[in-house]
Amino acid sequence: MAANNYKHALFCAIVTLIISFPILGLNLEAEGVKITVTGAETSTHIAILLAAVVVFVFQAFRDSFMGALGKLPKLNPLVNKKPMEQSKRVKLESWIMTGLVVLALFWPFFVSRGSVDLATLVLIYIMLALGLNVVVGLAGLLDLGYVAFYAVGAYTFALLSEYLGASFWVALPAGALLAALFGLVLGFPVLRLRGDYLAIVTLGFGEIIRILLNNWTNLTGGPNGIGGIPDPTLFGMEFGRRVKEEGNTSFHETFGIAYSGEHKVIFLYLIALVLAVITALVIRRFMRMPVGRAWEALREDEIAARSLGLSRTAVKLSAFTIGAFFAGFAGTVFASKQGFISPESFVFLESAIILAIVVLGGMGSQLGVILAAIAVTILPELAREFSEYRMLIFGAAMVLMMVWRPQGMLPMRRIHIKLKKQE
Amino acid sequence: MLEVQNLSMRFGGLLAVDQVTLDVQEREIVSIIGPNGAGKTTVFNCMSGFYKPSGGKILFEGKEVQGKPDHKISKLGMVRTFQHVRLFTQMSVVENLLVAQHRHLNTNMLAGLLGTPNYKEREQKALDRAAYWLERVGLLELANRDAGNLAYGQQRRLEIARCMVTEPKLLMLDEPAAGLNPAETKELNQLIISLKEDYNVSVVLIEHDMSLVMDISDRINVINQGRPLASGTPEEIRQNDDVIKAYLGEA
Repeated sequence: MAANNYKHALFCAIVTLIISFPILGLNLEAEGVKITVTGAETSTHIAILLAAVVVFVFQAFRDSFMGALGKLPKLNPLVNKKPMEQSKRVKLESWIMTGLVVLALFWPFFVSRGSVDLATLVLIYIMLALGLNVVVGLAGLLDLGYVAFYAVGAYTFALLSEYLGASFWVALPAGALLAALFGLVLGFPVLRLRGDYLAIVTLGFGEIIRILLNNWTNLTGGPNGIGGIPDPTLFGMEFGRRVKEEGNTSFHETFGIAYSGEHKVIFLYLIALVLAVITALVIRRFMRMPVGRAWEALREDEIAARSLGLSRTAVKLSAFTIGAFFAGFAGTVFASKQGFISPESFVFLESAIILAIVVLGGMGSQLGVILAAIAVTILPELAREFSEYRMLIFGAAMVLMMVWRPQGMLPMRRIHIKLKKQE
Repeated sequence: MLEVQNLSMRFGGLLAVDQVTLDVQEREIVSIIGPNGAGKTTVFNCMSGFYKPSGGKILFEGKEVQGKPDHKISKLGMVRTFQHVRLFTQMSVVENLLVAQHRHLNTNMLAGLLGTPNYKEREQKALDRAAYWLERVGLLELANRDAGNLAYGQQRRLEIARCMVTEPKLLMLDEPAAGLNPAETKELNQLIISLKEDYNVSVVLIEHDMSLVMDISDRINVINQGRPLASGTPEEIRQNDDVIKAYLGEA
């Protein structure tokens, strides 16, 4: 057993050496047209050796390491705490939610423009995560191409404004509805698929949308994207220094205050906040409605659900459509915030991040997802110096999370419908 | 009300069900018995729309239903339970019953979001019906528990209640007594009889517990290796030589 361990460890160390030495230990240098190979500095060689030693030690004593990791949960102070009573927690959660919203309402007037901008992005991610939560958390359909609907929302606004001069308020419902339509259309072919297969097909769908946007140069401008997307207006009042469209007035003139670039940012933030709150409330309501129960029933046991007369088609399509609808919302706000969009913004990584938010927060749990969205969006900004390691930190956080709390930060507690005692 | 004519089901080279014929009249309890692997559950799966039968007809109230999707069949009023209990374990007991009443509810999303009177009224009715059936199967005290936390016998009863809130005309029970102790089996026995007597439901029953089958069945169909072996009243089946040989053992 032990000898076997050492053999395995030695093998791993040698593999480490073989892989890392040519990559890190040898440098290619160009001399005119020739390329010569030179050795790297001694410190690099030492680092490679050290890495091999670390790999060896870890592999050799792997069992004891992993055993120690298994005991780590005991370090977690929350482990032995008894879960709060159901009704109490529900109440507490609604209070926290209300508190967050009130705080968020006044907060932008006291902080810098950059922070408000970031907060708007957080709100967009909250909308996205809440929408995906319906599909993944409630209906249990793993969707890896969610960003496609986000893109549809954003591009709807961009194209409508580019070709038809539509304003934000026209584009908002249009973007959401079109995204919902795409959700419906995607839903049909994937109805029969489950789990891994579904994930792959949705992944493909996400990429198709992105590649389509990238290559349909006539319409979308391809990789150059679309710029000049207008800011939202408040009852026809624009937030720019000068009015762009005839007939409109500008915000600062109407109210007789000095022009400030911050007005626009704060206004957009408030729109995003209102939309995020609407998203949260609507989905919360859905969860208690027959359609929400049907999603969960289908997730829990599809065969039983069908035997009780639930149509798989209707239930899955409704989840896809509603999830996509809110992604469309978020996309419109995003387009307006950036003023410029290109397919770059809708790569697979976005889908992965949104999914990570849902998983980290706790599938199906709204407050958890909101907190996770805040954490995942803000942390990389705070740790700008480490931006290269952003993904590494992210990965490490995910691993630790799965070891300690596989159910997410705030696992979902279902909002039970209580049966009142009969008199 | 239910007629199964020459039903066959083939899986590749295996003929799991071969020319099975049975019928169920209104307010009748009909049992299907047979050794393990005889094809009883396959017959159920064909009847409830999980399988598309390879041959034969299934008539429910005069209409052909073979090959229809399962959720449509259950909407017609044929609802089944499962050999292994299939509850929505993370949902509460009462929610299990609400899901089952999906088609009785106002599922218009706008109505739900706005909370229209019609929506509320139907939601309340569903809760009332759920409460009634929970009381009926003796689970009212546990209404707000997670269904997964119930004891096995309670889960079985909840599954039957979940079928009954859909207001079926025909109830298909797949080994409802499996895993129950004698006292629980007795309760089940009374429950099934009362479903027939008080709620005018016909019952098709697959069961291995002979005392239960003989007690409550109006008629019994015996299947052996996919083929019908005999059918008749419990008394006739008890004395049928073929059945005794194939199933009860030569005594």
